[in-house]
Amino acid sequence: MALATPVLAVLATMVFGGLLFAVLGKDPLQSILTIFWQPLFGEFAFYYRPQLLVKGAPLVLIAMGLALGFRAGIWNIGAEGQYIIGAICGAAAALAFYPLEAWWIFPLMVICGGLGGFLWAMIPGLLKVKFGTNEILVSLMLVYVAEQLLSSMSLGLLKNPEGYGFPGSRNLQQYASAHNAEIIAGSGMHWGVLAALIAVIFAYVLLTRHRLGFAIRVTGEAPRAAKFGGVNPARLVLFCLGASGMLAGLAGMFEVAGPAGQITIDFNVGYGFTAIIVAFLGRLHPIGILLAGALMALTYIGGDIAQSQLGLPAAAIQVFQGMLLFFLLALDVLTNYRLRFGAAEVA
Amino acid sequence: MTFTKLMATAALTLGLATGAFAQDKTKVGFVFVGPVGDGGWTYEHNQGRLAVEEEFGDKVETVYVESVAEGPDSERVMTQMALDGADLIFTTSFGYMDPTINVAAKFPNVKFEHATGYKRADNVSTYSARFYEGRAIQGHIAGSMTKSNIIGYIGSFPIPEVIRGINSAYIHAKKVNPDVQFKIIWAYTWFDPAKEADAAKVLIEQGADVILQHTDSTAPQAAAQKAGNVITFGQASDMAQYAPMPRVSSIIDNWAPYYIARTKAVMDGTWTSTDTWDGIGPGMVGIGEISDAVPAEVKAEALEMKDKIASGEYHPFTGPLKKQDGSDWLAEGETADDGTLAGMNFYVEGIEGDIPQ
Amino acid sequence: MDLSVINPILLLAALMSAATPILLAATGELVVERAGVLNLGVEGMMIVGAIAGFIVAVNTGSPALGFIGAAAGGAVLSLLFVFLTQVALANQVASGLGLTLFGLGLSALMGQSYVGVKPPRMADLDLGPLSDIPVLGRILFSHDAMVYIGLLIVLGVWAGLKFTRAGLVLRAVGENHDAAHALGYKVKRIRTLAILFGGACAGMGGAYISLIRVPQWTEGMTAGVGWIALALVVFASWKPWRVLLGAYLFGGITQLQLNLQGAGVAIPVEYLAMSPYIVTIIVLVILSADKSRAPGSLGRIFHASH
Repeated sequence: MALATPVLAVLATMVFGGLLFAVLGKDPLQSILTIFWQPLFGEFAFYYRPQLLVKGAPLVLIAMGLALGFRAGIWNIGAEGQYIIGAICGAAAALAFYPLEAWWIFPLMVICGGLGGFLWAMIPGLLKVKFGTNEILVSLMLVYVAEQLLSSMSLGLLKNPEGYGFPGSRNLQQYASAHNAEIIAGSGMHWGVLAALIAVIFAYVLLTRHRLGFAIRVTGEAPRAAKFGGVNPARLVLFCLGASGMLAGLAGMFEVAGPAGQITIDFNVGYGFTAIIVAFLGRLHPIGILLAGALMALTYIGGDIAQSQLGLPAAAIQVFQGMLLFFLLALDVLTNYRLRFGAAEVA
Repeated sequence: MTFTKLMATAALTLGLATGAFAQDKTKVGFVFVGPVGDGGWTYEHNQGRLAVEEEFGDKVETVYVESVAEGPDSERVMTQMALDGADLIFTTSFGYMDPTINVAAKFPNVKFEHATGYKRADNVSTYSARFYEGRAIQGHIAGSMTKSNIIGYIGSFPIPEVIRGINSAYIHAKKVNPDVQFKIIWAYTWFDPAKEADAAKVLIEQGADVILQHTDSTAPQAAAQKAGNVITFGQASDMAQYAPMPRVSSIIDNWAPYYIARTKAVMDGTWTSTDTWDGIGPGMVGIGEISDAVPAEVKAEALEMKDKIASGEYHPFTGPLKKQDGSDWLAEGETADDGTLAGMNFYVEGIEGDIPQ
Repeated sequence: MDLSVINPILLLAALMSAATPILLAATGELVVERAGVLNLGVEGMMIVGAIAGFIVAVNTGSPALGFIGAAAGGAVLSLLFVFLTQVALANQVASGLGLTLFGLGLSALMGQSYVGVKPPRMADLDLGPLSDIPVLGRILFSHDAMVYIGLLIVLGVWAGLKFTRAGLVLRAVGENHDAAHALGYKVKRIRTLAILFGGACAGMGGAYISLIRVPQWTEGMTAGVGWIALALVVFASWKPWRVLLGAYLFGGITQLQLNLQGAGVAIPVEYLAMSPYIVTIIVLVILSADKSRAPGSLGRIFHASH
């Protein structure tokens, strides 16, 4: 059942999405094929398959961290902000040493990026632990603060001195020591993809084998039982927020050092929010998130192809993605009853 | 490097394989940063695309992708268009600069046109519009018509493009009205109509009776209309629905002639990498009809200035001009060079306030 | 720099109008959350309301009908959320985010042929002698009808929650749905009505932007207001009057920032633009230090569907 519903949801989305495309005057079958088939098996799949990794990696990396917290009922919805701060810290670390070429620059960026995201997420974390403030609100507020910082950095401190006054930093793709290049050329596999895979494995082991993972699951399913079971809620809050912030920060850092290349006013493209959807599409389960991230990336890439080849408006793709989530959530009712039954026993 | 080769080979074999029937239709791709329904920047580029279709009919096929984020997404969309056999790709946002260069390196046979950037290659041209020419005319009308001597200016971000416009408008407003004062509000957004409306209202409340905007929505027009006795200028598109008052004229982005010419060049095989910075003369910058709300003699002067700029007889940045700090910039009769204009990061003498850093 | 050009009366008057969209949306969301449901789809409902209201207003020529259409549009979209969370028992956070994604796309499709159209203008309400009162008249009595309707909705929600039986039941459902259920209240029906009300309010808030504040239609024109409204509810610790206060605080800082810029004060705009959010966080900390005011039922909101 747990496997059947996502497949059903995708099929239902194809049917209703096809209807939508038909209403817009496009060939429904061709539209669906373009979105789902072309990137994977089409003529140019050699290019799109690696792109799936590039697009999916930050989503998976962020969603994995968020899922840990979501499972424990700790709602970090400010990953977008942590992503931005991670990118700024990572890029700043590299640019501080420009044009020095040294092997330790990239590792330093990784540390700074992860630390930046971690610290940014510690703000809602510590405030929640100290004062009981709501982490949803604080983390969300900090997204807007981070966005303003980003524009300040692109226009000021990190602005490329050789950029003729235009906003935006130097391009890290042209700074060898800082460039998060593909590990194998043409594979799309950069360090961020590797980090996402490691995060998935790590989270899987944590949730299934480790005591902390147990604490997370119990807290989410039966908070009172967890307290009696000796779970320290404050430490759990800090761990979940810190871990998700760090992963989001890393995602931002890998992105700015690799595919994106530079800090600009519009550097963030909503990965932090989309990752929340990915986390739920993947049912907060590590393997599920991996698949959900790939699926979401597929609809983005396929959606762009459909726009260009068939003239579908971008909004139609957005509606299509919304449908996908709705159908999955709606069909979840089938498995939900089972889960609730299980949860009732624990409580 | 091997990947680059792979891509190049793929493109080459494709070119050879599909060349036979790809030749009869020229495929032109457009990468848009916003939705085509934004009523401003992207809307006007899309009008240019439609003009290309109209001009060449069956001989051309245009494709576009809208709301493409700058960065890796844009790189992917460009690559996809190139793989799909596009002969010419217009990338219409400054942030697409490095992605355009990257993709162009992989597809030496595809021509790229990047708007508003400064990096070129053998198969990458750049193009931009001299909007400041239109700003000069706006400044003239604004300076002549203001009664409170306060002109409000809504800027997006403090970047050279916007600063150039402020300077140009100020110089020409000051010329006809030495007492004129500019109030500048930076919205720090490319797109937030509600904020633009607020900014316009604030400027009006602080005494401005002319609002100039470097943001694309009609929100300031509506705010001016409500306040009454405030004049505005259409930006990006004509905004004729607010004529004759408050909108007394407009600067229109008109990309159609350029897009048609460049498509033609690709068809004829005469395309070469160029740096185009066109203004009123070649028609890239259009001046919307000056309405009857403008006094006849001001209108005549404005039109005369338009003709002189179009013919090249007059350059909006002609000395003597000093920078804000009082240092000399242009000597008597000297005109600004394009390099300085492109990277303009200073106000001219007389404008109050600092450019935010 | 000349601070005297800032007219505090006009600033306050502008504030009342500028705060109306968030005020409407946040008040609606407050009712939803008081019923124990978290709907993160406010942005989506607002933008659908913005275009629905725009379409109705343009085609009928009546802004008033436009606002009714906007309320209907927001409510219809929220029905989707009702189905997901109340019938299919799906997660509310994910459903709400999906609603926003869906609403943004849907509104763009609906509005394709309305770009560049000028909507009919809503006249300011003529309050006769009231608007002639010095200072207060300009601040309080010189607005369009929706400003007052917004305030009336806040008043109604406050009174309704505090004094009526329906309000009591709604709060009971939000505080402890099991107990409410045991007492024989129809939890799902009450929540459904609350969500629809929230959708309608958000829709009107969106239409206030597309019909009055801007007024025009462009894709994505709500530009994140829905998220601010959402934050405002928590900021207000679920009390209607604090929503009002918060809406003015948020709107006020933006207005002040623009005013200071116009007056030529060299302010770092980015840092001032982030200040409302930082202030919110600080206020939140201060509020939560007062234990009696700490939002106690928060955890229950998220598990309400269990």
